[in-house]
Formats: sequence, structure tokens, C-alpha cells
Amino acid sequence: MTTFLGMPALPAFGSGNLFAGESFPKAAHRELGNAQLRANLGHATHTIRDKRQAVVSELPDWEQLRDAGSAIKESVMARLPELLEEFEKNFTARGGVIHWARDAREANEIVAGLVRATGETEVVKVKSMATQEIGLNEYLEEQGIEAFETDLAELIVQLDHDKPSHILVPAIHKNRTEIRDIFLREMPGADPALTNDPPVLAMAAREHLRRKFLTAKVAVSGANFALADSGTLAVVESEGNGRMCLTLPETLITVMGIEKLLPTWQDLEVFMQLLPRSSTGERMNPYTSLWTGVTEGDGPQNVHLVLLDNGRSAALADEMGRSALHCIRCSACMNVCPVYERTGGHAYGSTYPGPIGAILSPLLTGIQAEENSSLPYASSLCGACYDACPVKINIPDILVHLRSVDVDSKRGTKKVPSQMDVGMKAASWALSSGKHLGLVEKGLPLGRLAAGRDKKIKKLPGIAGGWTQSRDIPAPPAQSFRDWWAKEHKSPAPSRDEKETQ
Amino acid sequence: MSAREDILSRIRSALQDSPEAPQIPREYRAASGMDADGLVDLLVDRLVDYKAQVAVVPAAEVPATIASLLEGARSYVVPEGLDGGWLAAMDDAGTGGSRRRVDSPAEPLSVADLDGTDAVVTGSAVAVAETGTIILDGSANQGRRAISLVPDHHICVVKAADIAGILPEALGRIDGTRPITMISGPSATSDIELQRVEGVHGPRRLDVIIAR
Amino acid sequence: MRIALFATCIVDAMYPATAKATVKILERLGHDVVFPEGQACCGQMHVNSGYLKEAVPVVANHVAAFDTADYDVAVAPSGSCVASVKHQHPMVARSCGDAALEARATAVGAKTYELSELLVDVLGVTDAGAQLGSYFPHRVTYHPSCHGMRLLRLGDRQSRLLRTVQGIDLADLPEADQCCGFGGTFSMKNADVSSAMLQDKAANVEATGAELCTGGDASCLMHIGGGLSRQGSSTTTLHLAEILASTMEEPASVTGEVRVSTGKALR
Repeated sequence: MTTFLGMPALPAFGSGNLFAGESFPKAAHRELGNAQLRANLGHATHTIRDKRQAVVSELPDWEQLRDAGSAIKESVMARLPELLEEFEKNFTARGGVIHWARDAREANEIVAGLVRATGETEVVKVKSMATQEIGLNEYLEEQGIEAFETDLAELIVQLDHDKPSHILVPAIHKNRTEIRDIFLREMPGADPALTNDPPVLAMAAREHLRRKFLTAKVAVSGANFALADSGTLAVVESEGNGRMCLTLPETLITVMGIEKLLPTWQDLEVFMQLLPRSSTGERMNPYTSLWTGVTEGDGPQNVHLVLLDNGRSAALADEMGRSALHCIRCSACMNVCPVYERTGGHAYGSTYPGPIGAILSPLLTGIQAEENSSLPYASSLCGACYDACPVKINIPDILVHLRSVDVDSKRGTKKVPSQMDVGMKAASWALSSGKHLGLVEKGLPLGRLAAGRDKKIKKLPGIAGGWTQSRDIPAPPAQSFRDWWAKEHKSPAPSRDEKETQ
Repeated sequence: MSAREDILSRIRSALQDSPEAPQIPREYRAASGMDADGLVDLLVDRLVDYKAQVAVVPAAEVPATIASLLEGARSYVVPEGLDGGWLAAMDDAGTGGSRRRVDSPAEPLSVADLDGTDAVVTGSAVAVAETGTIILDGSANQGRRAISLVPDHHICVVKAADIAGILPEALGRIDGTRPITMISGPSATSDIELQRVEGVHGPRRLDVIIAR
Repeated sequence: MRIALFATCIVDAMYPATAKATVKILERLGHDVVFPEGQACCGQMHVNSGYLKEAVPVVANHVAAFDTADYDVAVAPSGSCVASVKHQHPMVARSCGDAALEARATAVGAKTYELSELLVDVLGVTDAGAQLGSYFPHRVTYHPSCHGMRLLRLGDRQSRLLRTVQGIDLADLPEADQCCGFGGTFSMKNADVSSAMLQDKAANVEATGAELCTGGDASCLMHIGGGLSRQGSSTTTLHLAEILASTMEEPASVTGEVRVSTGKALR
């Protein structure tokens, strides 16, 4: 329990790579036009989806694990200040150094300062959402420090000067031939005879990075979990690049959002069952590393952790939305999302794509930032994400909540109300009384006129035109159910010629 | 105000509605209830699924098994605290000793030395049958983390008594503040068209010897 | 039993045959149907579009219409509207700080059932052919709507009822659990993505070779039907209430035009 005895502060929103630069529908329109992307994504999401389903249905207690995971995270949010202090105490006692960063800029400056202090100009990196969120690589580059991504997909994306499109498999939008071409073009010393066979490409990446691993003095990582009761950090990975970065260099700098805490060691047993199955659809990921501060004679002796707010405290202030912070970045929601499956990650603008991104980005930045207010609408509310989420984040409810935050934030600010505003106001009148609706229904035969002879309406004006771009509207019936019922139940006896009309 | 104070104060302000920390329902399985044979069988099944090589042998045959697995290795590294008996067959073979490099806290091998070593032999702290996971905790018979990472071939001995059925049982047996590595098969990636490729940066070959 | 029919605005205005079929089924089972005339709409279009303030009078109207009427249970031939009544109405009342409305909305929600849920769980229908005389000799495929599947957890209630219709040839729909892309105002705000989803759904429906696609939600059927029609497909859509109400003597018509609303009452 937390007692707050101050003035309520204005929310401090996040900065960095959290913004949609253009509205979702506009970005989606462009991405939908890319047939190769859609084919890659369709294949990928269905593959992971099926794998996940198989390993999740193996566990008799999957739902109980979800219940525990959800409650643990809810408890973390409720007790966040004390848990952060407990973690700090334990991590520091074991030789680790903690830094606090209010936002992206501050986090970047801290990391750059720590690298500079080692005298090095190169760092190796483990895949990390937090460092993408703050744009660390670009910042380090400006400071004359080169950051080498070591995860295969991150390497592909980095070599191609592209952006990740998925939080688990960042290069999912590229196929093997595209990847081979990137290696040939951008990887120094790549074998000109390189084929597009995935094992061959993986070996090329191994050769390319091995020298870096063996000589790197500084590594930068994110963290999947932080255990408050011991001060332990965890990184969950597959390739071994994580182990290389966490083990061989002298200095390790980890950047982690403040929401990643778990209260106790015991809680890890829940999350290490939930995460791999939800994420890659494996019973367990190949490698997980845990470290608690510094261990003499084993691994980096100069260990730092940057605790990042960057809008998380603002998200926490939203009572309806705060459970978005329960996210463990597994990507199950995007792999089952019919919208993400068709648009890919780039349409969301932010580091966080898919259903979780559609709620997390606007929560971290505020609904009015750039085009982020368009993100909560990027969903048909089908609910597949909620079912797949290992920590039971009710994404559909939060999407709807954020839409109302958006609508309310715009009330009274517009000179001219939008078509949607006008339509919703009119519909509120029509649908808030049986009498009103009955009156509106009297006008339906007009629809029959609009439908013309083939009984189909093919084009509507304004926002409703979105409907008729790919769907017909056949003619409405001559009589509403309400009218029929009234006649049936109030008139003495319906005459023979009052045939049911449809 | 320091960033620390600022952030903690923002969080406290965000929690003005004083949300309750719920009781954690721990209705999930705490133990598998499997017998010793079942545990071995399940662990083997899971490791094979990850494309690891597995041999289940009586404890007395561990040395011979290690020797045969190391046949093609020009060099191999062991932690100083490795169960001495396990290398008996290497010593008997006479040539084994000269290929051996011992890593110890007093005389740690350099990264370059490790990179020039073909294989590594370690013990393990505990294993999880259900997920095919072997956990190393940096104890004397496993050594520091780097030695089981850099060589391309990892031979790992798991004692049957150290196999737990499910993860909660296994994590209950180890000290989480030690440097922990959980290993489930050889390193792998699915980053290219989701086709799984074994062996990227970590050891490309994982041999597990389960000693009954 | 006295059963109050919540027709839902879309069925009332655009698909009267679906509501009539619902009445027929219930009366065939020997129950009395009443129609609270004050009813209009559940308000989910407003809620789901973020117009919470505008949703309040709509929700208040529904609660008023149904908490004063005299009935045992209420039923609607639409999963998404029932989900709204059960899940959204108390939330909307809470959002405007009206505790009394919240309590009344919760009480109404507790008595409201989706059609298949009422038939299977309350009225004990296990064999539509035997108990309702349902007869429908056509090849049909079935789309389980998202809200029925995930919010109401209808499971296989609808498909079990369909399977027991005499003469029906029920073809499994590939990727049945995928959303058709309707999503209410999503279909207009994100028309491109919605259309892409619809295209895949329509292709899956076509692939079954069925004469028509059925389901429990008029709005999804309107969407799927509108897409099939635009693509020049001969496959149409028909609400499952109409299939259940169809008998040898009074067969449902399947050759009628696809009936779709003007977009006025979209959800």
C-alpha cells in the first residue's frame, strides 16, 4: 500500500521512438499494398500462432499460471515504489550500480557517460525493447560510439538501416532472399557465394559477430525480469548472443523499464513458464541468464542498471490503462491479431506494434501526441489478443477506454465537429428511445429508393463511404420488426394481404 | 530533485487511488509427482526435440561416455572442480591429459584460449524434465559461465537425482543469486522466415549425459 | 416462461425476419414472448467508438425498457449486443457515477441471454430437428462471431444447434475463429484493413461451397454478406434463428437478396 501525501503531479509523458508519425489508417493503406510483406507476415503469424497453441495446450495448469501472472503484476503495480527501493537495495549490496532515468534523453546520456568512462568506442548489444524505445543506438552514434546489435534479426534490421517490425522476430517482414542481399551489400567480408539458405545465413552472422563478442569490453542489454527480493536480473534469449554479451565483457549496462519487477524469486517460476510458450511457442527458450550484481571471477565486474520511467508513471496514473504495464513483451497478442497480421509492425509507428502497442504507446506518450490517438482505433475488438495474453491484459477494454479518452480530449476543441461526432450525436438521439428509433425506421423505405432496381446500395457519401468501398448495402425491408409487432399485437386481426415483408 | 526522487514521487502520485495488491492465487502445479524413470524418459524426449544428443548411462559409464564424445576434440576445457572420476577414461587413454585445459578462479583461461578450445565438459545443478532445461549455477563442477559458452561443443553431465519434473521444483532447489544459466538445447534462432536453425552464437553441439 | 425479446436496433430496422424467427422458435417451445416497446439499442456502437457520453442515454433507455417490463428472461439474436448489455452497461453507468443505474443495468444483464445460450442452457434444446422441427436442406457454413466466442464463451452451442437441424449439410469454415473485420465503426475508420480481413473471410466462405453462411450476429452477417455481394458471389448470409425457425411446412427463404442496413445503425 502506498500513501501519497503530495500534490498530484501532471503526468510526465515518454519520449523517443513511441510515436506514430502518420495516422494508422494512412500507414496501413501503404503497408497493405506490399504483397511480399503480407505474404511473409501471414506465414509468420500463423506459424507462431500454431506453435504457441500446441505448447500452451500441453500444460494442464495454463489458466492457473495466467491467473498467478496477472495477480503478481497487479501487485507489482500497487507496490511499485517499495519494490523498486527493495530491488535497489539488494542489487547495490551485490556490487551493482543503479541509475534512474526520467525519460529517453536522460537514459541515453547516462549510458553514453558510462561507456565514455570505460574509454571504449564500441559496444555490443543484446536485443532490447527499452533501448529501441529510447533510440539509444542513434544517440550513441551521435556521440561517436558504435553499437553492434548481436541478435540475428536485429543485425539484419540494423545492416539494412530499417526498423524492426515485430518485438520478437524483428525482421519478420523480410524473406531469406532479401536477407541474403542485405548481407552481401552491408556485411564486411561477406562471402560473395552466400546462398539464401537460413543455416548458411545464420553461420555468416556467427562469423561476422564472433570477433566482436570475443573482444568487446562493454555490453548493453535490456532485461526481461528483475527480482526485488534478491536484486537479480534476467535475460531470456535463444541464440547465445545474450550470454556472450552478459558474460564476456568487463562492463555491462542494462536498461530496463521500471515495470519489469517481480516481487520474489518464486514468481520467476510463473513467468518462465508463461513467457517462452507465449513468445516463441517453445516449451523453454534455449538460454536464460540471471545475474545478481557482480560475481567475483565470473562475468562483468562493472555492472550497471538504468531504471527507466519514460512515461510509465503516466501510464500507471490511468486506472483503466495501467494494466498495460503488466506486459512481458512476449508478442502473443500481435501473432494472433488479424489487423497486425495484415499491416505489419511499421504501420504502428512506435517501437511497440500490434494490440499492445495500440494501447501502450498512447498511454506512455499521452493520447494527443502526434498521431498516437489513431492507434486505439486500429482494432476490430475481436478479443483474440486478450485470450492469448499470458498475463491477461484486457486489451479490448483498454482500447475502448482510450478511444473515449481521445473523444473527450477533442470535445470543444474543434471549430467544426467531425462527421463522426455529428453522426454519433444524431444516433444517440435516435437510439435512446423506442419512439425515436421508430420514427427513423419510417425513413428506411428511402433506402429502398437509393438502392434502385438491383436492390443494392453501392456508394455512400462521407465516412460511410468506407463501408461501400468493398461492401454492398442491399435495400432495407419495407417494414421494421417493431411496426410488424405493433400491428400483430394491437390490431384486431391482421388482414390476409398483410403478408410478411422482408 | 534527483531523478530517483522524481520518479518515485511520480509513481506515488500515479497510485493516489491506492490500488490493492491482490493475493496471488498459486493454484498452478508445484510438483509433477513423476517417478525417477518417468523423469529421465521425459527429459530425454524434450532434449531430443531440441536437437541435443542424449546418452543415458549408469554412473560408472560416465567416464567412458565422455571419452568417446571427446574423441574428435583437439582440446577441451573443464572446471577445476569437475568430478575427478569423470575424466578417468581420458587419463587412462593417455592422450586425454595433454588435450585438457583446466579453468580455475586462480588461473582463469583467457577468452582467446577458450575460443581456441573445441569442447567443454561440465556438471549441472538441476534439470527440468518437462521443459528439457539444464540449469548451471556456477558451482565448482560447472565453473564460470564463459567456459560453457565459448567452446563450440558442450558436454554436460546430469545426475538422474538432479532431475526435477517441472520448473517450480527446480527453481526451489537453487540459489537465484548465483550466476545462473538455463540451457534448453543448443543455441537456436528462428529469425529467418521462422525456420529454426540450431547453433548460432552459443555452442552448436550439446551432448547431455544422464547418469543413473 | 415469459421471455422478453430484445430485437436489437439492427435486426429491428434491417432484419425483421430474424426477430420474427426468434419469436416463432420461442412460441413453438410453448413460451410467451413480450416486446418491451421502449427498447432501441444497446449502445455498443457509441461505447466502442469512444462516445461514452453519448452512450449514456442509450444505455439508460435500454435499462429503463427492460427493468420495468414483466418477464423471466430476456433474449437477443445477437451475441455482441448481449455482451454489451452484460459487460458494457454497468461500466457506462459507472463512468457517469450513477450507482443506481449501474445496479439496475447489472440486474438486467443478469437476465439477458443470447439466443443459443437461452435455447441450450435454459430451455433445454439439444436437438433442433426433434424439438423445434427445424428443417433446412441446404449446404451451410457457420461463422462464430468474436463476441459470442470470446466475450460470451458460447463455445459450440450455436454449431450444436445447427448440426441437429434436419436435412442441413454443415460445412466447416476454414479459419472460422478469425474476425470478419466488421468491428463497427472500425469498418469505416480503418476501411482498408477491414476490407482485407473481409476478403479473406469471404474467400473462406466461398471455399466451402456453401449456399449460405450463417451465424448468430446480424451485424457480422451484414458485413460478410455485403462483401460477398460486392464480389458478385452467389453465396448469401442468413441468421441462425431463421434456420432454426425453418420447417418443412414453412421453409426459410434463402434466395432473397442480402439485406443490409444503410449504415445508420452500424455497430
